[in-house]
Amino acid sequence: MSVSTFPGAARGVAPTAADPVLEIRNLSVEYGYDENPTKVLRDVSLTLNRGEVLGLAGESGCGKSTLAYAATRLLPPPGLITGGSVIFRGRDGGEQDILTLSDKDLRASRWQDMAIVFQGAMNSLNPVHRIGRQIVDALQAHVPGISRSDAYDRAAHLLELVGISADRVRSYPHQLSGGMRQRVMIAMALALEPQVLIMDEPTTALDVVMQRQIVEQIAELRDRLGFSVIFITHDVSLLIEIADRIAIMYAGEIVEDAHAHDVYRRPRHPYSDGLLHSFPPLRGPRRELTGIPGSPPDLSRLPTGCPFRDRCEFAFDACATVTPRLTAPAVAGDTPGRSVACLRHDPAAVTAAGFTPQPVPDRLAL
Amino acid sequence: MAIDSTILEDVPADVAPALAAAAPNKRKLLFLRNSKALTGLAIMAFFGVIAVIGPWIAPYDPNAIGPDLLQPPSWSHWMGTTHTGQDIFSQILVGTRGVLVVGLTAGIIATLIGMVVGVTAGFVGGAGDETLSALSNIFLVIPQLPLIIIIAGQLPSAGGLTVAVIIAITGWAWGARVLRAQTLSLRKRDFIEAARANGERTWRIVGAEIMPNLTAIIAAGFVGTVTFAVLSQITLAFLGVTSVSDWNWGTILFWAQNNLALQRGAWWWFVPAGLCIALLGMALTLINFGIDEFVNPRLRSTGLRARDLRRRGIRPRIGFTPVVRETPAPGAAKEDQA
Repeated sequence: MSVSTFPGAARGVAPTAADPVLEIRNLSVEYGYDENPTKVLRDVSLTLNRGEVLGLAGESGCGKSTLAYAATRLLPPPGLITGGSVIFRGRDGGEQDILTLSDKDLRASRWQDMAIVFQGAMNSLNPVHRIGRQIVDALQAHVPGISRSDAYDRAAHLLELVGISADRVRSYPHQLSGGMRQRVMIAMALALEPQVLIMDEPTTALDVVMQRQIVEQIAELRDRLGFSVIFITHDVSLLIEIADRIAIMYAGEIVEDAHAHDVYRRPRHPYSDGLLHSFPPLRGPRRELTGIPGSPPDLSRLPTGCPFRDRCEFAFDACATVTPRLTAPAVAGDTPGRSVACLRHDPAAVTAAGFTPQPVPDRLAL
Repeated sequence: MAIDSTILEDVPADVAPALAAAAPNKRKLLFLRNSKALTGLAIMAFFGVIAVIGPWIAPYDPNAIGPDLLQPPSWSHWMGTTHTGQDIFSQILVGTRGVLVVGLTAGIIATLIGMVVGVTAGFVGGAGDETLSALSNIFLVIPQLPLIIIIAGQLPSAGGLTVAVIIAITGWAWGARVLRAQTLSLRKRDFIEAARANGERTWRIVGAEIMPNLTAIIAAGFVGTVTFAVLSQITLAFLGVTSVSDWNWGTILFWAQNNLALQRGAWWWFVPAGLCIALLGMALTLINFGIDEFVNPRLRSTGLRARDLRRRGIRPRIGFTPVVRETPAPGAAKEDQA
């Protein structure tokens, strides 16, 4: 088994919508087993294409991590998936719904099909085992018949892949720096050539220099090995660097889903616009940092209509009653395939509910 | 064991909205909504009432010798009679008080000793820790029952309270070790460091920061010790080490054994006492389960509605999030969207 078995997928080749590797459809998640659980995710749909880096962004507590963990069925109690499907398509084209897999199949599929790098990944390493042994354990559990020496060779190779010298397989976790441990975790996640890599704020605990190195490493490995990445962070500026496509989440729903540069230059949802105006651009004209007033709504007492309307400067009367759905933005000449959940872009729904549609504000129609 | 009762005070909104929304007095009664704890407490309350009023409602004097010898249960003797015509029902009623008083007293004393030794050992560290740990280790390895028998046998008039003290002295070490371990782990946590950095006195750190985090373990340890004390006391009485004229369930068993109740087929002599012991043990264990499910906020939602979860087919496990497609759920989701 060598790295050359990875199917190559060059960056620049735009991932086509026809080749989704992971399709999340109408996923609903609740916390709490009692009569009135908190509906954390409500009918969230998201498609990850092969070889794509998909960024999930949004404030704390808006459901980013919940979405990723629900899609892998890793939500701890009292999490409960109440509907939807998560279709994973293998390299051979076979489809399986993660939510209907038996425990045994799910266990076998984990790491091999989808691997996760956790938020505090540096603490995920067992301090009493050498890092080589921890990688080898995973290989031996999932690859039947692999010999110990082969597994160690592969472990050394994986470490080199993430820029750590191969002799470090003999190191204990405490002998590595935080950034190195994080990279070991990435190497471990890649050990079984997964097709989807879920990274839950993998760089949050690291300084900016290390952040940059790791982000570049992920991008480079993705180009070389051709896996898909779901990258969760609240750092939108970091996402614009690494992601092909960005999905912005708010209060348990996806409010905008578009190519990274479209989100950056031409945000269509007032919330995405607000997020982008809360950090300074490195290049381009100076602009005023506004931030977003207020804080996200309490998910257990969600208002009717648009959950963002209390903080939105473009809210109008229809927003209080009509719940926006993801539609194509009402701006001429937009890239096809992008979607936004805002009533300013959905005059049909507004008219259907008996309100007067309002035009898209200039700032959201650049 | 991450039992963090500080979390009880501010339940995160996304974890338990209903609990947070509930009125504070309603939240205090939550423990009673746990069916296990409720069953346990009900049985305990029943025995508690018997312990108080038992001697008054007993139809006969438990020592009184009557004309009905070795009679099976009848309307005049609900649980039959002994070979000397004593009423077994009265013996059970009168004996309950002794069992509960000794059990609770021993539990309280043992928990107090365990708390002082364990928390001190865990918190002070160094030589003090070594000494106290050695002490509790010694008490752990001492064979308890023989020691109790020897001590109780040496004391001429070993009454109920003496027995309770003896049981407490030999039974505190287990609780102390658990508390020491938990205190050791708590002592290094950031919030203790922060309290120290804020200039809090040692006593305040122990009393206000560490103790609330130990509540669950102390409560569980107390219930466990009471169980141990009740069983020890009954064992002692059964063996005839303690005074055989003080009535408790063990004494009944002692007389039943000595007079060959089993061989004579007099099941009514030993079965009621045995059942009472089993019931009391079960009640204490159920309360312990209830405490366990109540103090862990994550388990609480699960523990409170175990039956409900079974009906809905939810098996809460870490790593395998349950998927439940209930008929009302998709409908409700559609309504949300409409």
